[in-house]
Amino acid sequence: MEVRVANVRKEFERFPALHDVSLDIKSGELIALLGPSGSGKTTLLRLIAGLERPTRGKIFFGDEDASQKSIQERNVGFVFQHYALFRHMTVADNIGFGLKVRHGAARPSGQEIRRRALELLDLVQLSGLEKRYPAQLSGGQRQRVALARAMAIEPKVLLLDEPFGALDAQVRRELRRWLREIHDRTGHTTVFVTHDQEEALELADRVVVMSQGRIEQVGTADDIYDTPNSPFVYSFIGESSSLPVKVENGEVWIADRPIGLQAPHAPPGEAVLHFRPHDVDLLDGCSGCIAGTVAASRRVAGTRRVELEVGGERRRVEIELPVDHPAAQKSRVAFRPRRWKLFPAS
Amino acid sequence: MTTAPAKAGWRFRQPSVIPGFGLTLGFSLAYLTLIILIPLSGLVWRSAALGWTDFWAIAVDRRTLNALKISFGTAFLAAVVNVVFGTLVAWVLVRYRFPGRRIVDAMVDLPFALPTAVAGIALTTLYAPNGWIGHLLMPLGIKVAYTPLGIVIALVFIGLPFVVRTVQPIMEELDKEVEEAAATLGASRFQIITRVLFPGLAPAIVTGFSLAFARGVGEYGSVIFIAGNLPFKSEIAPLLIVIRLEEYNYEAATAIAAIMLALSFLMLLVVNLVQTWSRKRYG
Repeated sequence: MEVRVANVRKEFERFPALHDVSLDIKSGELIALLGPSGSGKTTLLRLIAGLERPTRGKIFFGDEDASQKSIQERNVGFVFQHYALFRHMTVADNIGFGLKVRHGAARPSGQEIRRRALELLDLVQLSGLEKRYPAQLSGGQRQRVALARAMAIEPKVLLLDEPFGALDAQVRRELRRWLREIHDRTGHTTVFVTHDQEEALELADRVVVMSQGRIEQVGTADDIYDTPNSPFVYSFIGESSSLPVKVENGEVWIADRPIGLQAPHAPPGEAVLHFRPHDVDLLDGCSGCIAGTVAASRRVAGTRRVELEVGGERRRVEIELPVDHPAAQKSRVAFRPRRWKLFPAS
Repeated sequence: MTTAPAKAGWRFRQPSVIPGFGLTLGFSLAYLTLIILIPLSGLVWRSAALGWTDFWAIAVDRRTLNALKISFGTAFLAAVVNVVFGTLVAWVLVRYRFPGRRIVDAMVDLPFALPTAVAGIALTTLYAPNGWIGHLLMPLGIKVAYTPLGIVIALVFIGLPFVVRTVQPIMEELDKEVEEAAATLGASRFQIITRVLFPGLAPAIVTGFSLAFARGVGEYGSVIFIAGNLPFKSEIAPLLIVIRLEEYNYEAATAIAAIMLALSFLMLLVVNLVQTWSRKRYG
């Protein structure tokens, strides 16, 4: 099922949590909403589920306007960070709940409900645990039950709110791979919220980066990582260094020297240069480069990170050096970013 | 996560590394003995002096039986009423924010604090045939004061806070997400309450019921004013005990007391077993 969010605004007691957000989700897609806390990602997910009502704007499931429908009518599967399982029901009863509360002809027979529950339990690899109570399961197992419960109602969309947030790192990685498998097998349109960029980039077909109630960028992991379109995305995804610069005559300048980067389309004046610490060329001589003195250096796995003080203002930037580079404290290093982007000075 | 069921038999669980287990257990046992066990065994001892035939004669005496029936029956009814409306009151206090909520919240405790005799006199004045409420009920043929119905009303008043105060904290801990989960799965509001929320509250409601019931069985002060105290009709067992005491018939008084004790203990034991069973199940 396609999901279309059209110009949605959400206010909580006059405080805007989402400003005019629009998003198209394709049928069968696995989408991540990624952002720091307070970015509005969970609010957007809850709006799609119908757990909140938009202040303005509409949400479509296919061609149907879902914003007028109640939560019960929307038929979405929602998985909560803290599982929200029914404590007094067995695992099988938890999974069958959504079918059991249906009315009339829509309600399958008890036997059929049980069969479906066992089938889903098998899908989430928890066969044999149907008689357990949630209190008798580990966190990872509980989240699998929660997912099976959400899938039992054959939802139009599967929504997951920080599904692995309460689990430890090992289980997280395992479940991440497993969720991808389940998605590929069942083909549900799936939206999940996370603040973990590794999780988002690894798992999702497309990532929606959000900040302060707005969507900053939507794209594949490659788009987001290689061509961030805002300073926020640059600094939020992966690592980045930035320097205040000046644009004159289509060239980038630091203080009174051009650094050998051509920017023919950038408007002249103050700007901020962003680049990735590992995306730099080291230079020997310096005619048109950024040069700085090493202020600090640390070993990071296979490379060495150094902090350079650049120019008279001693702005610090981080770049990556090969481990065998002879840079010592106070020595001078010259480099030029290989891949970079200019943003207007704020 | 699962705690292995304890091995059968009487064994101390490994005490924690923090010292003081022996001291605190010793103190607790000594204290309970002093405060509860000695007086109660005195009671049993005294009634045992009566001999089995005399004891049985008092036990099956029609007046005794009626008094016990009224005491336990009215306490049961009042506890049932309190379970329904006390849960409702707790729900309103927990779920809604309205002006004066804190005052209502504080009001719930008044039956705890008010001298029970005062409550009894106030209720009698209200429900007497010429009282504010009594004169409205009179034409309908409903007599409250000086009937078992009056006893039930007094016990409802006395028992309300027990239910509200046991259910309220559990209700506050109910996870909002669990309700939301049920709603996304298609459950209606009514289904959410009956299938998801209520089962979670049931243990607390049972506790509230047993407390209100136990309190009602033992209540004396408020009831004697509103009951009218007609033997066989509206005479409660605690009053019968007092009457026997005033007749210097200590044996009969202690015998009735011992019977009440046994019945109450049995009821509370059953309630506790139900609790343990549900706790084992739901963790």
